[in-house]
Amino acid sequence: MELFELITPRSIPDAIKAQSLSPTAQNGASVRFIAGGTNLIDYMKLNVERPGQLVDINTLPLTTIEPTPEGGLKLGALTRNSDVANHPTIRAQYAVLSEAILAGASPQLRNMATTAGNLLQKTRCVYFRDTASPCNKREPGTGCSAIGGYNRMLAILGTSEHCIATNPSDQNVALTALEATIHVEGAKGPRAIPIADFYLIPGNTPQRETILEPGDLITHITLPPPPPNSKSIYLKLRDRASYEFALASAAIVLQLDASNRITHARIALGGVGTKPWRSLEAERSLQGKPATPITFRAAAEAALHAAKPQSQNGFKIELAKRCLTHALTQASTLA
Amino acid sequence: MATDEPPTKPPSTSLEKLSRRSFLSHIGAAGVATAVAPLAASAATQQLAATAEAAPPTIPGTIPITLKINGETHTLAIDPRATLLDTLRETLHLTGTKKGCDHGQCGACTVHLNGRRINSCLTFAAMHQQAEITTIEGLGQPGNLHPMQAAFVEHDSYQCGYCTSGQIMSAVAMTKEPWGATDRDVQEAMSGNICRCGAYPNIVAAVQAVRRLA
Repeated sequence: MELFELITPRSIPDAIKAQSLSPTAQNGASVRFIAGGTNLIDYMKLNVERPGQLVDINTLPLTTIEPTPEGGLKLGALTRNSDVANHPTIRAQYAVLSEAILAGASPQLRNMATTAGNLLQKTRCVYFRDTASPCNKREPGTGCSAIGGYNRMLAILGTSEHCIATNPSDQNVALTALEATIHVEGAKGPRAIPIADFYLIPGNTPQRETILEPGDLITHITLPPPPPNSKSIYLKLRDRASYEFALASAAIVLQLDASNRITHARIALGGVGTKPWRSLEAERSLQGKPATPITFRAAAEAALHAAKPQSQNGFKIELAKRCLTHALTQASTLA
Repeated sequence: MATDEPPTKPPSTSLEKLSRRSFLSHIGAAGVATAVAPLAASAATQQLAATAEAAPPTIPGTIPITLKINGETHTLAIDPRATLLDTLRETLHLTGTKKGCDHGQCGACTVHLNGRRINSCLTFAAMHQQAEITTIEGLGQPGNLHPMQAAFVEHDSYQCGYCTSGQIMSAVAMTKEPWGATDRDVQEAMSGNICRCGAYPNIVAAVQAVRRLA
């Protein structure tokens, strides 16, 4: 690990000022915010991240969970994953978020990891982690070792010829289905970004993963009020029963009317996309249809329509379809 | 257990006076002495060691920090890169906390931060100057074991023992977390602690025994 200077800012503007000196907020930033540290310190030990300054934001007043005037919920950037997952309002009204968080990592890591840190969680692609391997995300222009290499865990949606790394988060899949808004303060003032616009697909610039610019500090996220009588669910499929990244996962918010027709559906997939994968195709396919196995399978076909398998991960296409179908069946039984 | 067991009777030979750790470090010193022959124990070396003990030199690049561990306040000078785990083991010699993977995957380094379990390998010590840190040494000692430590002994919940302090710290914390009552719930709650000897059934038994007592 390279030597760094540890800075403790006294205020949010101090923190923003410190990080804005970095030429980038993306991979290779010279100044990093640190909160839980579970992802950043792992990557610093591997020399994948080599910041010269760490800005410890843990003392900033961003730790509360509170209702919004609109009837939704506001989660401070520094709320810990375990506190969010076990919060009574989240368990009752945003079950998909509680279930997704509890399906990820371990209890120890969830006690450390924060909401905003999890939003920025980095891929576990083995080539991104290994500084001896070419990787366009870590070192632009060096090539993608995963294409034609070990890619069993990697993405089938949103990939490019330059990068197929999976977004590893469970939380972010749930937040995508819940249509969360990410609130950022930066050098040019505060702004609110719908989660659908927050993440970037790799394209020609896999080193850029989000729209964040130097100095941008995520302060909180907001969740809109859940649609009346809707149910939400997270289903995660993985190689082990616990403590493992998703091969495929599905986050669903579903509302049915009295005649069992789908009046509202939000669908996001995890483990298969280069970003938390919202499927507008699946949502359109479900809208107004009866909640039946045929409807669900058609939505799954629509969601994976554009999937592009690599040499080892073709199985994920059928797995993701069955994951989504099964999750929709479960959600419609709850609804 | 994580700490050395006290002798049950007065030691009768010099070997019995040695704890496992001091025995291993004696082996190490003996190995070095053999390798570099009689020069190793020269007067110069001894003098250097004595000076170092009298006035600890300030090491360039270190930062002053204060940590509260097991109720005791420690003022230290550490490298900012020092994880909480390395600070506990290498600076404070609280070696009950173990280093397994050093990447948050195995749970051997589990300690309590303000009563909650965390992986001490994935956090910098300098970030926790206001916190109450508890390690296995602060949980209980031979002769005064925490009920979870006693249950691990009772249920033979280890083989090699390397993961045990992390397992116990994790188990104590989970009893204060919102988990269900079944063995399956314990398995999920303890999934962040890997035991490569595979003592899992006995670990679950120990945890459940303590939960039933509560």
